[in-house]
Order: sequence, then C-alpha cells, then structure tokens
Amino acid sequence: MLETKDILETINMIDNENLDVRTITMGISLLDCMDDNIDKACVKVYDKICRSAGDLVKTGEDIEKEYGIPIIHKRISVTPIGMVAAPCQSKKIVKFAYALDKAAKELGVNFIGGYSALVQKGFASGDYALIESIPQALSETDFVCSSVNIGSTKAGINMDAVKMMGRIVKETAEITADRNCIGAAKLVVFCNAPEDNPFMAGAFHGVGEADTVINVGVSGPGVVRAALAKNGAGKDITEIADMVKKTAFKITRMGQLVAKEASKRLCVPFGIVDLSLAPTPAVGDSVAYILEEMGLETCGCHGTTAALALLNDAVKKGGVMASSHVGGLSGAFIPVSEDAGMIAAAQSGRLDITKLESMTAVCSVGLDMIVVPGDITPETISAIIADEAAIGMVNTKTTAVRLIPAVGRKAGEMLEFGGLLGSGPVMPVREGAPDVFINRGGRIPAPLLCGLRSKIFRQVVQINRGKAVALPRFFGQADGIIFKQAVRLELCGVALIFFYRQQTDTRG
Amino acid sequence: MRAIITVIGKDTVGILARVSDACAKADVNIVEVTQSVLQDMFAMIMLVELDKANIEFEQLKDSLKKVGDETATKIHIMHEDIFNSMHRI
Repeated sequence: MLETKDILETINMIDNENLDVRTITMGISLLDCMDDNIDKACVKVYDKICRSAGDLVKTGEDIEKEYGIPIIHKRISVTPIGMVAAPCQSKKIVKFAYALDKAAKELGVNFIGGYSALVQKGFASGDYALIESIPQALSETDFVCSSVNIGSTKAGINMDAVKMMGRIVKETAEITADRNCIGAAKLVVFCNAPEDNPFMAGAFHGVGEADTVINVGVSGPGVVRAALAKNGAGKDITEIADMVKKTAFKITRMGQLVAKEASKRLCVPFGIVDLSLAPTPAVGDSVAYILEEMGLETCGCHGTTAALALLNDAVKKGGVMASSHVGGLSGAFIPVSEDAGMIAAAQSGRLDITKLESMTAVCSVGLDMIVVPGDITPETISAIIADEAAIGMVNTKTTAVRLIPAVGRKAGEMLEFGGLLGSGPVMPVREGAPDVFINRGGRIPAPLLCGLRSKIFRQVVQINRGKAVALPRFFGQADGIIFKQAVRLELCGVALIFFYRQQTDTRG
Repeated sequence: MRAIITVIGKDTVGILARVSDACAKADVNIVEVTQSVLQDMFAMIMLVELDKANIEFEQLKDSLKKVGDETATKIHIMHEDIFNSMHRI
C-alpha cells in the first residue's frame, strides 16, 4: 500500500497548492482540408475538427472526475491556417477564423489555436493575407488564438514581418479597445516557435506532426513554492535546485498519466507533456513567489535572472525524467498579468520591461502578457519584438512577445482582463524612436553560431551513425535535454577541431 | 479499478462507520484501511475496489461528499494510479 504521507501530499497539492493540469490540447492536422474554394475549405475545416475532437471535452471531464485532478482547459490546435489557406488566393481569409470559432463553440473547448503563419524566412502564398486579417479575426471571434513565427535560429529574423507585426498588434488592441484590448492577448509573435506547444495563445499543430495528437500542459507554481517554503529554509542553492527537480518530477508524472489516459480513451496518439510552471492570478500560484521564496525581496531585483535560470533548468531536469516525451515550451512562464507576484512587483516599479527582457533569456518563453501604454508606436512594438526574437535566435530558444497596448491608458494605470488572463499594470517602455531601423525591412541573417553548429552536428551524426544514435530534434527547445548536455561535450571538442581547420583553410 | 478514499478532518465518533456504510451500500469492497490521528486531526486512507460497484463512480463520489459534509471532514476519492504514478517510479 502507498504511504500515508505520499497520499496526503498529493491531496494537499491539489486542494491547497493549486496543482492542476492546465490543458489537454488536441492537435489536428488540416492539411487534408485544403481547397481552392475558400467556402468549401472552411466546411472541411469545421467538419474535420468536429469529427476529430468530438469527445475531447467529455473525456477531459471524465478523467478529471475519476482521477480527482482539476483539468482547467480543453483546447485544440490546428495546422497554421496560413498554409491551409494557401490555395484559396482569397482576401476573405478571415472566414477560416469563423469556421474555427464555430467548431470551438460546438465542441465546448476553451481555445482554438492555429490562426497562424510561419514567416521566419519569407511570406508564402496565404501568409500575408492571414497576417493582415488577424485584427479582424481576433475581434470577431471569441476563442480563436493567433500566432506568427517571425524568426528562427536557422533562418534569422524576417524584419519585414517584424515591422508588420508591430502594426498588427496595435491594430488588434485598438479594434478590441471596448473589450479591454483583449484581442492582443490572443496574439503571440514567436521566434523558434515549437510545433507541439499545448499552451495558448501560441499553440499550433506543426506540419511534422501526426494527423491528430494529444499534448498535455501541466502546471503547478504553487506546489513548487510550497515545497520551498516548507523545506527550503537555510538550504543552499544546490539543495533548492534538487527540491525543485523533485517537485517538477511529481507534477510531470501526473501530467504523463493524464496524457496517456486521454490518448487511450480518445484513440489518438500521445504527443508530448509540456512541463511548464504556468502561473494563474490565484493567490499563491505564482512564479514570482517562487523566486521570492528563494530569497529575493521582490521579483525584479538583482538576482532575479539567476534565480529564474535555476528554476527553469531544474523544472526541465526534473520533468524530463518523468515523461516519455517532453516538448512544447517546458520551463517557467513569466506572464506579468497572470501572476500575482509579477503584478505586485510591476506595480511597485521594481519589475520593468528591461528586467523582464533579460529574464526571457533564461525562462521558457518571453515577454508575455505585458500591458504597455496605448500611445506606443507600431515601430516601438516591432523593436521590442525584434529584441526578443534576437535573444531567441542567438540562444537557440523559443522566445515570444505578447504585448497589450492599453488604448487610452497611460503608465501606472491598470487593465483588467479577468479569468486566467488576470489584470496588468500599464508598464512604461523605453524612450527613443527605433523607426528608421524598423522601416528598413529585410532579414537579420542567421547567426554564425548556428551554421557552425549545424555543420558539426552533421559530422557528429555521421560519426555516430554506426552507433545508431538518432538526434532527430537536437535543436528543439525541450527535447532530450539530458542527452543534449551529454552530446554538447562531444560537440565542443568537434567544434574546436572544425573551427581550427576552417581557420587554417582560410589562411591558405 | 481501485481507488483511494481519503478522509481528513476533526476526529469525531463514527466517521469510519459512515464511510464504510456508504461503500457497503455501493458494493464497494474495502481492501485496506489505515488511519492516524495527529493531535486533533483525523486522517483515514482506504484502498477500495470498484469493479463490482452497483453505482457510477460519480454517484459514489457524491455520496461520500455528503458523508464528508455531515461529519465536517474532507473526503476525496481518486483513482489509485494517480498516487502510484506520482510517488513510485
């Protein structure tokens, strides 16, 4: 029989520490719904989603009841609509958003993501029209979420798309100004977007995925904070990291169980577990409080980046052992408006956008749910996106920007969304106009680091082919973290040899 | 399917009897019981087997909740696997 203390620990985590499965997200490929007639394509999209995810909500609720774990959201992610819409050549691409929203309402899911375009290297047919339609799509639908990938480590940053997204983010906020600019909260701009992310607003179903797949996002900042509060006093950082790892392991095991069970009941393959610490506005369910529990007076003071780096890494290490497939974003989220501790820190002025930017270099996502003054220029938004994308591109990590320009509000005022999105103080942005830089357009070339690594990577694969070592997603964000560490050592050695050879070759 | 029933609350007379009664009425077999009283707090854990239950899981949950409300305790019933997966490798 199980030990009493273990059973009570689990019950306590759920009852008092906000442990939950944040979302069961079903990924659905819409590649077979393409049609040159947009109306026919929309009917196919609606039918396929309803057919594939008919039992999703009920199954989620059943598991919730039987296992006693709250499953907060049931969501759907679909193939980026920019691709699905490519053959239509229609300017009324927003019809796809209506079809997605209608399907979401019919099925009773909380969000549907994938009104997306992947334009890191350039615009394909359909992408441009889709991006232009985002403000209208997000203002006229309730559950549709949108994302645009404007950069990657391998492709560089598409500055034309960055420029465009500054304007689109602002327009989306303006068009939904009467609803607290909610449209902008459903729009994410990515660099290195993961294809299997179950979290909104950035979820979409990548083209390399199966026809349908179940991805699960677990959460639990409250549990980690409580573990540190109970046992962390007087411990050194090594022990703190260990405590986070152990807690992350338990949380992820629960996610893995739910994912496998959902996959079995729905007869849909299990994709990944995304082991993220996703805060909610509920008291105690905050990533900022974990950092403060580690010994910072306020989230945002010096030391925050180091504490977050430790947290993010320990969560990944603990989680990766607990699940057979880890993916998505996996790590610690820092959405300001959704985190009670972040809100308090931002209100007190101790957490500003520049500190948040440096934190994004070590967290799992990026500048998330940050409310900025309504008079911000599109160029400044674009520049913030470009800065954030550069961090992601160079560090081979996912970064995202979800800014909400609060129309008619100035720094210091509050913007209320309610629900999981919370409320955010309007945070000032830095002075100075980046207009000329942004308006140049073009592409920021991919960093050399990546090119060099890719070549070495191919060499290593060749070397190891005989040993049957597969490195399918070596550069993916969350996959095979431990493996990555091991191989990195090998890579370093090869890198030196390669670099030396290259230098010698150049010299003649 | 096996489930774990946990009862947490202030110790009063007859909690075990009432929970067992609810299980018996539903044809739910009690496999194992452990209980401890820490200061005033009563914690009872029951491993039960639901294969021959004559009511749905949801109904059993409701009837246990009712017992919990009447005895001012918190009663959970959860699938055994949740604990196995979290605490055993």
